[in-house]
Amino acid sequence: MSTRTITIEVLRYRPEQDQEPFFQSYTVPCDEDWVVLDALNYIKDELDRTLSYRWSCHMFVCGSCGIVVDGEPKLGCKAFVKDYGDKIRVEPLGNFPIERDLVVVIDDFIEKLESVNPYLIPKEEKSIDDGEYLQTPAQLKAFKQYSMCINCLLCYSACPQYGLDPSFVGPAALALAHRYNMDSRDVGRKAREDVVASHEGIWECSFVGACSQVCPKDVDPAGAIQQTKITSAIDYVTSFLPGGNR
Amino acid sequence: MDVINTDIAIVGAGGAGLRAAIEIAEADPKLNVVLISKVYPMRSHTCAAEGGAAGVIKANDSLDYHFNDTVGGGDWLTDQDAVELFVNEIPRELTRMEHWGCPWSREDAGTVAVRPFGGMKVMRTWFAADKTGFHMLHTLFQTTLKYPSIKRLDEHYATDLIVDGGRVQGAVCLEMSTGKLKLVKAKAVIIASGGAGRIFPFTTNGAIKTGDGMAMAYRAGAALKDMEFVQYHPTGLPGSGILLTEGCRGEGGYLLNKDGYRYLQDYDLGPATPEPVLKSMELGPRDRLSQAFWHEQKKGRTAASKWGDVVYLDMRHLGEKLINERLPLVRDLACSYVGTDPVTDLVPVRPVVHYMMGGIHTDIDAATTIDGLYAAGECACVSINGANRLGSNSLGELLVFGARAGRHAVEHIRTTKPAADKLVEKQASDAEQRIKLLFERKGKERVSVLRNELTHSLEDGCGIYRSGDLIQATCDKVSEVRDRYKDVMLEDKSSVFNTDLFQVLELGAMIECAQTVAVSALERKESRGAHQRLDHVERDDVNYLKHTMAFYNPNGDPRIDYLDVVITKSQPAARVYGAAAGGQHI
Repeated sequence: MSTRTITIEVLRYRPEQDQEPFFQSYTVPCDEDWVVLDALNYIKDELDRTLSYRWSCHMFVCGSCGIVVDGEPKLGCKAFVKDYGDKIRVEPLGNFPIERDLVVVIDDFIEKLESVNPYLIPKEEKSIDDGEYLQTPAQLKAFKQYSMCINCLLCYSACPQYGLDPSFVGPAALALAHRYNMDSRDVGRKAREDVVASHEGIWECSFVGACSQVCPKDVDPAGAIQQTKITSAIDYVTSFLPGGNR
Repeated sequence: MDVINTDIAIVGAGGAGLRAAIEIAEADPKLNVVLISKVYPMRSHTCAAEGGAAGVIKANDSLDYHFNDTVGGGDWLTDQDAVELFVNEIPRELTRMEHWGCPWSREDAGTVAVRPFGGMKVMRTWFAADKTGFHMLHTLFQTTLKYPSIKRLDEHYATDLIVDGGRVQGAVCLEMSTGKLKLVKAKAVIIASGGAGRIFPFTTNGAIKTGDGMAMAYRAGAALKDMEFVQYHPTGLPGSGILLTEGCRGEGGYLLNKDGYRYLQDYDLGPATPEPVLKSMELGPRDRLSQAFWHEQKKGRTAASKWGDVVYLDMRHLGEKLINERLPLVRDLACSYVGTDPVTDLVPVRPVVHYMMGGIHTDIDAATTIDGLYAAGECACVSINGANRLGSNSLGELLVFGARAGRHAVEHIRTTKPAADKLVEKQASDAEQRIKLLFERKGKERVSVLRNELTHSLEDGCGIYRSGDLIQATCDKVSEVRDRYKDVMLEDKSSVFNTDLFQVLELGAMIECAQTVAVSALERKESRGAHQRLDHVERDDVNYLKHTMAFYNPNGDPRIDYLDVVITKSQPAARVYGAAAGGQHI
């Protein structure tokens, strides 16, 4: 297998010893089919035990290894070295505080994910003995795309609005709320409305669409947010009609 | 040291741990649950399971069929009371997942769809396209958010169990973001920390699968059972070891050798029919398919590639629509990693380490031999998998036995009085001292070097086919690595997210697990399921219809003992696949 020697510039920051983040360069002989994560593993094993980053599955599904590669949010396991030049710049995801090196603090996202009530709220509890809820393939398709989010947070890193105002609920959490709202088995939209349709929710999105562009799983959070805006606007208008709940 | 008091601590927040947590929260909302995990729950390796979860639901199926498939598939090393209970309970568990929102793939009428899977006589595998584990994990994680009694310690690495007065009293864990040690005092502990596939160099398992929980229970005195049984999945991508689900073959994919020949027909799995037949050919069990690759390789009928020898997975005849609908991740992975599109190209594959049939010995209530300690999921061995797990039984296992672990932990708390806990603080401070020592000591052995030597030695001696002399060499190597580990070097001395430290601790766990695999393999002088010995080629029911039990020995090889297999209604017989197995035609 042919190898190419690449300079990997990694943003380093160890809060106990570094005043501020700085770039450190490593020379890595990369196999032709390596991903950037493989290069980081090489650095960790062969060159520098002090480099920290998150990773696990190496197959685009656990969502651990989100990083910024040459300015673009990427999964480390899906950024192929062959698509880059002889110098690759690797940074932690944007819009999150750096914990250490490529590891960012994601507590804010976890709180937002928890805030949208992301679980099925059925009309009435059904007994297990009565079997499954029926759901046609078309009904499944209505939300399936929005259930594919791996919480890798590339979308938060790319989102200009989240960068400006961290109170914005943000793409992945809003897409997840939409996933349950669109599920034929669910009636929980009202319960999610407080967060989703609040000032910090969908209305803050300026529809740049960067989230959908960087999403490695084609979830299309921007589309989810736009669709939610439409339903919420209709709700708002109909609430003034006779029989409305305003 | 910070002390957290709780009722039940769970180590591991993958499928089994999350399922256990929900069970406890539903059984008694007043009980406090602390869920300790070295990663955020959605990073757990359950997410990587692709194909599905088997459970009898259709009219042409029966619980007896699922029982017989599982017992025979496990080469009669399964405990039949456990299998019976498992096949009974799993359909309800899968339905419960549906009620919690799991996006199962559907039939036109809206009922849950099932797909064919290896070693199963009829179609019974529920699936969510080819991301079943991912959807189950996220559904379970999101469902736990409904229950305020479940508190999470995300990114906390559990280092030690606390056992005092013959009873488990909690666990010690390290907060990864600060390096601070915490003592979680609990009346019961459930280990649900997954397998140890990373003890092999070529595996589908994620980086986190280092056997931490298995080793923790083992060091505390629990037996590791049947550790010699390591599953090779027949279709991994060469180079990376990435899994291509058995669903590829379930949907009708072929395995071809370098001549384009469906070679499985030469290994008592035929005849080769164009349409899939269950329990035949590509839908045979994983052990037999991986062994067939080995024989093809010996015959020179595998193809050479830049990643070594491969065979081919042919899905071209399935068509783009079906592949996009049912195998989208497979297409993405094959295109990205080996540059072949299953719609138009043959995809190179080879066997890859995938699953540990063995694990912490438990009874059918998920209870270990340590009072108050439970285990469920891949880290446990109950045993429903015996000598070879059937694909799509593990996702069901983590639900059924995760729930049982939760239920019985609650029961345990209700019925047992508090025990003496004089030694709890002392044990916690011992754990602290061990870590402190790593920071103070100089050390000269590098983690990556030791890990490399360990994993390659396991592949050499405990691969698809094994022999006494090679296993012995592996045992010797593992002992040597275990000795050298005492002088392991911690190069990063910082407190904040010190991944050097976690890799050092993980390597310690890997070495313990590896030693039980090698020594158990050496002692089992027969061939059964995934344990094939070239120097003992026959199954030996007289001497080895038994579970291997490995017990911790700090100063040498584990002590090996044996436990009888539970047989209720299926007497050991020959495993039959191919036409004679009478599998469903699709």
